[in-house]
Amino acid sequence: MALRRVNAVVVGAGAGGGVVAKELSEAGLSVVLLERGRWQTYADIDNDELRSQRTPVLGNGYGPDDRRYRRVVRDGAGRWHTVVPSDWRYNNNAACVGGGTLSYGAMGWRFMPEDFRMRSTYGDVPGSTLDDWPISYDDLEPCYQLAEWEIGVSGDDGQNPFSPPRRKPQPMPAFPYSREGRLLYRAARGIGLHPFPIPMLRNSVGYGGRPACIHNRTCVGFACPVNAKNGTHNTVIPEALATGNCELRVKAVVSEVSLDDRGRATGVTYFDERGRRHIQTADLVVVAASATETARLLLNSRSRLFPHGAGNNHDWVGRNLQGHAYCGAFGLFDDVIYDDLGPGACVAVCDYNHHNHGIIGGGLLANEFIRMPYLFADRRPPGAPGWGREHKDFQRRYFRRHAVVMGPIQEMPVFESRVEVDPVVRDYWGIPVARISGHGHPQDRRGTDFLSARAEEWLRAAGAHTTWKTGEGGGAVASGGQHQAGTCRMGNDPRTSVVNKYGQVHEIDNLFVADASLHVTNGGFNPALTIMALGYWVSDYIKREWRGTGFR
Amino acid sequence: MPPDGIDRRAFVQIAGAAVGGMIVAPACGAPAGRWRVLTDAEAAVVEAIAEQIVPADQDPGAREASVVNYIDQQLAGVFAAHQETYRRGIAGVQQTSNFMFGGNFETLEWSQQTDVLRALELGQPRGAVWETEAAQSFFALVRNHTMQGFYGSPRHGGNRRLVSFRMIGLDYPRVVGENR
Repeated sequence: MALRRVNAVVVGAGAGGGVVAKELSEAGLSVVLLERGRWQTYADIDNDELRSQRTPVLGNGYGPDDRRYRRVVRDGAGRWHTVVPSDWRYNNNAACVGGGTLSYGAMGWRFMPEDFRMRSTYGDVPGSTLDDWPISYDDLEPCYQLAEWEIGVSGDDGQNPFSPPRRKPQPMPAFPYSREGRLLYRAARGIGLHPFPIPMLRNSVGYGGRPACIHNRTCVGFACPVNAKNGTHNTVIPEALATGNCELRVKAVVSEVSLDDRGRATGVTYFDERGRRHIQTADLVVVAASATETARLLLNSRSRLFPHGAGNNHDWVGRNLQGHAYCGAFGLFDDVIYDDLGPGACVAVCDYNHHNHGIIGGGLLANEFIRMPYLFADRRPPGAPGWGREHKDFQRRYFRRHAVVMGPIQEMPVFESRVEVDPVVRDYWGIPVARISGHGHPQDRRGTDFLSARAEEWLRAAGAHTTWKTGEGGGAVASGGQHQAGTCRMGNDPRTSVVNKYGQVHEIDNLFVADASLHVTNGGFNPALTIMALGYWVSDYIKREWRGTGFR
Repeated sequence: MPPDGIDRRAFVQIAGAAVGGMIVAPACGAPAGRWRVLTDAEAAVVEAIAEQIVPADQDPGAREASVVNYIDQQLAGVFAAHQETYRRGIAGVQQTSNFMFGGNFETLEWSQQTDVLRALELGQPRGAVWETEAAQSFFALVRNHTMQGFYGSPRHGGNRRLVSFRMIGLDYPRVVGENR
């Protein structure tokens, strides 16, 4: 049965694709939104730590499943391994309606102006493809505002002297600090830092017809029981469906973008829940499947004009894979500082995001999300026993008497860190899987050494009697993880980028990318709000240039 | 077309090829005792190892938390690929116990059991099994599974009566949204 041709097919109902589906369907385009996962709710795993996205020892609660998905990864010694999604080496992102935004920690950061001008700010970095974005913070500012107001952010950037200029405040007031947050706030002030409440894509008051946060302990890695955490699944996607112009098809696994001999996209091929193959034709295609899967899909989309994959005639698709070098420190306290006020993360500083001596870029520092008991069982100072009486005693004594301060160091993009398609291994549907290889950059290690030391200072100022560092960048394997980015770089030169500054693939006018694949650099921040903003940015161009049957 | 029939067969082929036969079936005959995968004798060893990893003190340990039930339940499902690892590893623990102290692991004194596990952890236990099995990774596996069974959600067969949550002082709501 032939499927009705539509104006736009969007691949991936996550942070970027959800926004695009809503924007295009509101503008009157007919849209099919394809998502490999399904609609999920809190009840699917409720507060089960062993299936949370953070510690999925019994499988990813919000997908993808270990049964049908595989990737191939290269280790530091150059050996290749076939891995399942619950293995950390897979570099997983959730697979469900909303993508990562159903179960994320929901920090709602804007990047800073320097984050779009890294090469201009810091110069050439040997061994890195560090560059400026082709768009500026000012270009993206209106899109950040749309993301904040349409999806919903609680915060008060007025308290952050390093916050970038904005036309409008965040729509909801900031969250209050937990006991640990108050302690860290006072300590930060005491050592000359500028602490403020973390902006959160979470309701501090009723917003969008949904209630205020109940401060659940099991927040990051889980869906929200009262729907107070804002993702695309409970905001823009329902709005897209309400237009009547958007059809969401779940459990739909896209295998390739079809290209004609004139070099234009004609639609996509996908497999439905029963494994049946369908071809959805469309006037334009938007790929928003995450940095790994978007690159994989383009590389699996070959044609006469693009024998190495869509948009890949200059070998840039899949390149520059980056995530964040996460680092920080633990601190142990004499007194109870835990008050069970979820999600835990509440106070941050941006003092170390830029202009640090001897460091290129930097990252925010914030107290970490609550570590549930099983996760905490692996958090010990160097040399502490990993089992037995002493281990148990530590668990009992310090669960309520420890704090973690961490941050994402902006990594130097490395050309050799990349996503390819594996020549042998295929997934359940017979589609060649992504394979990931590469390495970190020495600058990343300098960054994490620096930031971890600052985290220790902060914890000691707060009264920690013991501290130790965690997380080192610049490792022997490629970075990626939930903050994966960079694989379809935007740029003005088709020889050194994949898409133009509007996310439009060079040489394929009606093929777009709208996720973190676009990032030239990944900021020292959690990237969700930036991905959402890019969804608005790409959509705005499509709406302006759309001529009813195609592009000029 | 039946929705599941063909999918399932196709999957079994893929899974068998990709991860070396991750098929759920009781190995070497169904266990005679009360467990799904482990024999009673094997369960006694696993229980004694788990109790060493999380011992009872003023709060209950792994035995009272029914960690062995968690492990057995997962071996019948998600951890099915580890069935043979457990079988061989338990046999190795017995060989090491007999070599070091002249008795099966579950019959040894507490400090002797600790010494056996330390030998595993250091990767230098005696016993023919360990010529082909990696002692350190077996111990790490049981250690991780024990932590999961003790500190994880009770829905998977461990953490009975929420003993670890009580120890830490966390409430565990039965009603969605009542976490505070």
